Amino acid sequence: MSGHEFESHFPESGSVDMSDPTTDIDETTYAELRELAGRYPQPRSALLPMLHLVQSVDGRISPKGIEACAEVLGISTAQVSGVATFYTMYKRRPAGRHHVGVCTTALCAVMGGDVLLETASKHLGIGVDETTPDGRISLERIECNAACDFAPVMMVNWEFMDDMTPEKAVALLDDLRDGTEVRSTRGARLTSWREAERVLAGFPDGRADEGPSAGAPSLLGLRVAEDKGWAAPGDDKPHGNGVVGRVARTIVHAVQEVTGTTEDQEPNVATPASAPTKSAPTKSAPTKSPAAEKAPRQRRRSTRPEEGTAK
Amino acid sequence: MTDILTPVLTKNWGDKKSWTLPAYERTGGYNALRKALTMTPDGVTTAVKDSGLRGRGGAGFPTGMKWSFVPKDNPNPKYLVVNGDESEPGTCKDIPLMLASPHTLVEGVIISSYAIGVHTAFIYIRGEVLHVVRRVQQAVAEAREAGYLGTDILGSGFDLEIIVHAGAGAYICGEETALLDSLEGRRGQPRLRPPFPAVAGLYASPTVINNVESIASVPSIIDRGTEWFGSMGTEKSKGFTIYSLSGHVANPGQFEAPLGITLRQLLELAGGVREGHQLKFFTPGGSSTPILTEEHLDLPLDYEGMAGAGSMLGTKALQIFDETTSVVRTTLRWVEFYKHESCGKCTPCREGTWWLVQMLRDFEAGTAKQGDIEKMLDLCDNIGGRSFCALADGAVACVTSAVKYFRSEFEAGYRTPAWELLPYELSARFSVPATTGAYV
Repeated sequence: MSGHEFESHFPESGSVDMSDPTTDIDETTYAELRELAGRYPQPRSALLPMLHLVQSVDGRISPKGIEACAEVLGISTAQVSGVATFYTMYKRRPAGRHHVGVCTTALCAVMGGDVLLETASKHLGIGVDETTPDGRISLERIECNAACDFAPVMMVNWEFMDDMTPEKAVALLDDLRDGTEVRSTRGARLTSWREAERVLAGFPDGRADEGPSAGAPSLLGLRVAEDKGWAAPGDDKPHGNGVVGRVARTIVHAVQEVTGTTEDQEPNVATPASAPTKSAPTKSAPTKSPAAEKAPRQRRRSTRPEEGTAK
Repeated sequence: MTDILTPVLTKNWGDKKSWTLPAYERTGGYNALRKALTMTPDGVTTAVKDSGLRGRGGAGFPTGMKWSFVPKDNPNPKYLVVNGDESEPGTCKDIPLMLASPHTLVEGVIISSYAIGVHTAFIYIRGEVLHVVRRVQQAVAEAREAGYLGTDILGSGFDLEIIVHAGAGAYICGEETALLDSLEGRRGQPRLRPPFPAVAGLYASPTVINNVESIASVPSIIDRGTEWFGSMGTEKSKGFTIYSLSGHVANPGQFEAPLGITLRQLLELAGGVREGHQLKFFTPGGSSTPILTEEHLDLPLDYEGMAGAGSMLGTKALQIFDETTSVVRTTLRWVEFYKHESCGKCTPCREGTWWLVQMLRDFEAGTAKQGDIEKMLDLCDNIGGRSFCALADGAVACVTSAVKYFRSEFEAGYRTPAWELLPYELSARFSVPATTGAYV
């Protein structure tokens, strides 16, 4: 830990926080930064991984981290800052031990992502791009994370938390806060955000073999083909209950066991043509809850600070 | 006549530990590599060219032809860069592919590199998918251990190293020249072309950039032949591909089928639009492809079929929206995405997407003014086609197509908030309180 006081705002625009010089970067970090630079035909190509490594050590892009990257690559700190402030995964204020993302790009938003973000924000008592005062959780509004068939989707430390509901979101946040072990629906046991950043930098953590091959929706077409006896030309026609099908079902069930998903995923493991479909949401609008009234719905400008600076 | 679904890439996704080398080899993995190494590099390129494989990342450019643009007399090293920056809204095929069967991609990279004459290849994966990065890192390590990578691969004299590279959160890096800048350790901003990457790409050297699914399709083409590949699909859109259904569909998921399947067929396999609802609009290939409606249900989902309807096949990301969905709200959220992801290099895109968001917020709140539709379309005219890359074109495509098919909903935005016209809670997948305004 850098001993940094957790502040709760890291805007999308603006520079790296130069007022906080704390750092844990040491000779080992320098050696690893040099190792990353040595992996590429031209060292500067390692800058993105190097910045991931800086975050894994300092919990943010620190002034010392910028200096270290510049020194190792022989470029200016301005060049490093320019890159660090371009990409959304680089945080300019300390992120939480767990970094939570809620997808609110169009499809997830429509499917309930907006409600999930509101739920998470209220449950944690923080806004978007803020960190809880105890430093445990930071919250981000994320753009499409390539899991639309599992919508609405949340991410924790860049691991998938698929098919979310407000109830599941609250339980997830409580577990993260309490330090209860959480498994990604399609990944490993959750590490901390910093440990995740170290893997992204290029230092594997040995967890690749955890988790399933695929989630149920990823296997849906395969399962339908098996049930219908369809195959690519020249392949053996599957029988309704082929070996692959049985294995697939095992995996699907394993996923459901881990995620606690049941009814609403059942259609994915049954014959779709005859499968019951997900129930439509209730047509009668529930009465407005006091919570809904207080929803932070008109905070666009305050939660997206780059707009103020852009114009 | 081929079957309606033809699992090739997805075939092993349900296998036990499908991501590991032993599991992949059990299904015949790396046999295509052995075969390729007995062919000449030009022979491999010719096979891919003859197969008719077209880029699966959105543009649909013939893959083999892209390879053949690499000049043979250029003294610089040549590079292959796999674009695994899957970020186009709605698109979710490469991520499950790399998660379930990273070796399919790795084998494709080795064969493709051999064909092009590449000795250093990169797999650029978006950073926000930790477990996918883990699986691909491990697959590359396993392949190296097994002698499929490194020096003198399988005694062929061919050398190759693969570098797995995680991005850091930027949609624009899916644009191939922005990806190259990013891979060079810079801000991900598109380059002006020419020169094209095939001539001056990474480190100003000849570079081929291909989508994950395109490269992953190569082993099966080499293994089973161009005729087999061409027996699937349509005349100009050959082969199999992964279609992704998401949104208001009973059973969302991935479907691998010959090119040319229709959405009506796919919807039937997915159990239809969610119970009690009807299709309102859909994207054929991600949010950058103009939306289509029920009248397009029977069009072939191939490159020509979609172009003929004024849209694009794109990434085959079929986002399904039912009659409860507000087109205005959805369009706003897409444009907010493009505004957020605009790299800021070109003024029309940087400023224009910001202004589009302001206008669309007025439409959503019911406070737009008479004439704002025309003003917004005029704005679109000044954004699309006036920037270095296609991000700007995608940003306006969703707006212009939404107005084309649902103009009355935008006109309602002169008086009525979108959440009153079409209460948002009805679109959600779970029961939620009634909406009283726009969300954050």
